[in-house]
Amino acid sequence: MSSSLEGYRAVTGNEIVDQLYQLAKPLKGIRVLHVNSTKEGGGVAEILRKMVPLMEGLGIDAQWEVISGDSDFFECTKGFHNSLQGKQVTPSDELLRHYQEVNSENADKLRPLLEEADVVFIHDPQPLTMIQHVPKRKGKWVWRCHIDVSKPHRPVWRYLKPWVEQYDASVFSLASFAKPLNHPQFLITPSIDPLSEKNMNLPKKEVDRVFEKFRIDRERPVILQVSRFDRFKDPIGVIEAYRLVKKMVPLQLILAGGGASDDPEGMAVLEEVKHAAAGDPDIHILHLPPDAHLTINALQRGADVVLQKSTKEGFGLTVTEAMWKGKPVIGGDTGGIRVQVYNHYTGFLVRSPEGAALRIRYLLHREDKRREMGERAKRLVRENFLITHHLRGYLALMINLLKGGDYHRIEVGV
Amino acid sequence: MQREPFVVRDCALVAMATGRKAQTLKELRDQLREVEEVSIYHHFWGRLLQPQFDEPEYNNDFAAWVFHHLHHQELAERLSVVNPTEFPSMDAVRDELVEIVERELDESEWVAYLRADRAFHFVKSQIVVFDTGIVLDTPESLRDAVHKMSSGNIFYHFIDARRRTPMGKDDFSAWLEGYGERYRGLIESLGSIDPYFSSLEEIRNILEEIFSRHLGEES
Repeated sequence: MSSSLEGYRAVTGNEIVDQLYQLAKPLKGIRVLHVNSTKEGGGVAEILRKMVPLMEGLGIDAQWEVISGDSDFFECTKGFHNSLQGKQVTPSDELLRHYQEVNSENADKLRPLLEEADVVFIHDPQPLTMIQHVPKRKGKWVWRCHIDVSKPHRPVWRYLKPWVEQYDASVFSLASFAKPLNHPQFLITPSIDPLSEKNMNLPKKEVDRVFEKFRIDRERPVILQVSRFDRFKDPIGVIEAYRLVKKMVPLQLILAGGGASDDPEGMAVLEEVKHAAAGDPDIHILHLPPDAHLTINALQRGADVVLQKSTKEGFGLTVTEAMWKGKPVIGGDTGGIRVQVYNHYTGFLVRSPEGAALRIRYLLHREDKRREMGERAKRLVRENFLITHHLRGYLALMINLLKGGDYHRIEVGV
Repeated sequence: MQREPFVVRDCALVAMATGRKAQTLKELRDQLREVEEVSIYHHFWGRLLQPQFDEPEYNNDFAAWVFHHLHHQELAERLSVVNPTEFPSMDAVRDELVEIVERELDESEWVAYLRADRAFHFVKSQIVVFDTGIVLDTPESLRDAVHKMSSGNIFYHFIDARRRTPMGKDDFSAWLEGYGERYRGLIESLGSIDPYFSSLEEIRNILEEIFSRHLGEES
């Protein structure tokens, strides 16, 4: 029995935990390697920090490696990120050459691990092309794409596609993100860890302490968006919505987020947000360090309404986090937010600052609805978007790759 | 006479993209004609083990899409009453769906030009079956075991069994048949459950009630 997994029974129930033990049996002892590009900041690092120890607890020899790169490399990969989500930009030839060199260097550094692993998960485009530098790989390679690639800028997708097709499979968060490719495309939604600092239960005095620290008035309503300072998260649209509501209701807005080491645009967007806030004392812009998990937890628990007004979103783990805390979320009608926010049931989907403002006013006015929708939201997360479900998806995928093939049914240990 | 015990199994689904999508009703019809049978199965049954809101308005993904994204309630209602348990195979279900959509296209000119605000993406799923270590020796032990069964147990033994077994029956009924006429009433009650209109949790509750009624109260 894995002590780390046993701790989940009280939160997730026995059913899923028992399933994980059974599903992991045929995978005991296999070597699994996850590779991404940042140890801190962003949803991928948060998931891996928990996923890898849980896999180890199930008898899988799991490891997590982070590639290194300089500012030019991350400028290029941020360009990929933006263009795969639809922005019409293509990194220069020079940056593309550098991107390839950095992948080659990282493949050299990680070569023994990459060659020997039974399953290699490469997360997102940053380490994507390492595969070409590991011709003696013996395991199955999976490209895990966490971003919304439903409508990519075509030249960039055309550039990356030949490397994607060298993989044995890919994983997308939603069916609408999948592309015409020459290999199986699995659909697995990401998750949050209910026992992490960011999501565990907090005493009220801890929530009060955080609000006091940032001098946020508890007497007036508080609306909150937690996310990296990224244009796709539309922080400016949130400020517009806040201003529309403020004409009627005396409220405060918190925009809380940090940077990720693989996101070079964060500081520029932060400056744009500060400019848009124009010194309004009721707009609290909190640039938090990557380990401010307890602070974010407290802010989400203490806020009256939570927004995630993204215009593109791979999944939106901040949506999941808020829903887990019993908050209905007003989310952008896009990507993974749509599988979490069921319009009028677990929150509202909006397409404009005006739409967001309307829903903020409604939720502030109707505490009964806020509670009812929040309870549903929490249940939806418990049943679908916790790390235990995510892990089950990965185990089933690895069984498919290592034992199954293209059959519609695989029987293991029966 | 020594009878085979009932081996409780569990399952998980691995969802996979098919690469097929539809943006209009015409495209839905064309894709329905060609998509793999396992995809149609997924959109009727596999959805029970996939993330979904717990109070769905429609009982299959096609009907839900027609309602929410083509905004055609009447057609959604017609698609929603297609109950796969009343058809001999998923191919027969496919024919029925194509027929309903085709009729709508023939009869209504405007619908041919209707474009959804979101595409329908055809998904298929692979089922991974694994042992639970639980073996039941007598029908009476079913009564005690069922309330602890997971959604995966219920899906495997009550839904998946219908396409896995030659007679298209659920595993509980097939096992009880081995006891001759003794459990005939119980088998008939199990046969009267229509799984199409229930979630897996609701099916488990119905099973609990039926087993308790026929086999006595829980020990």
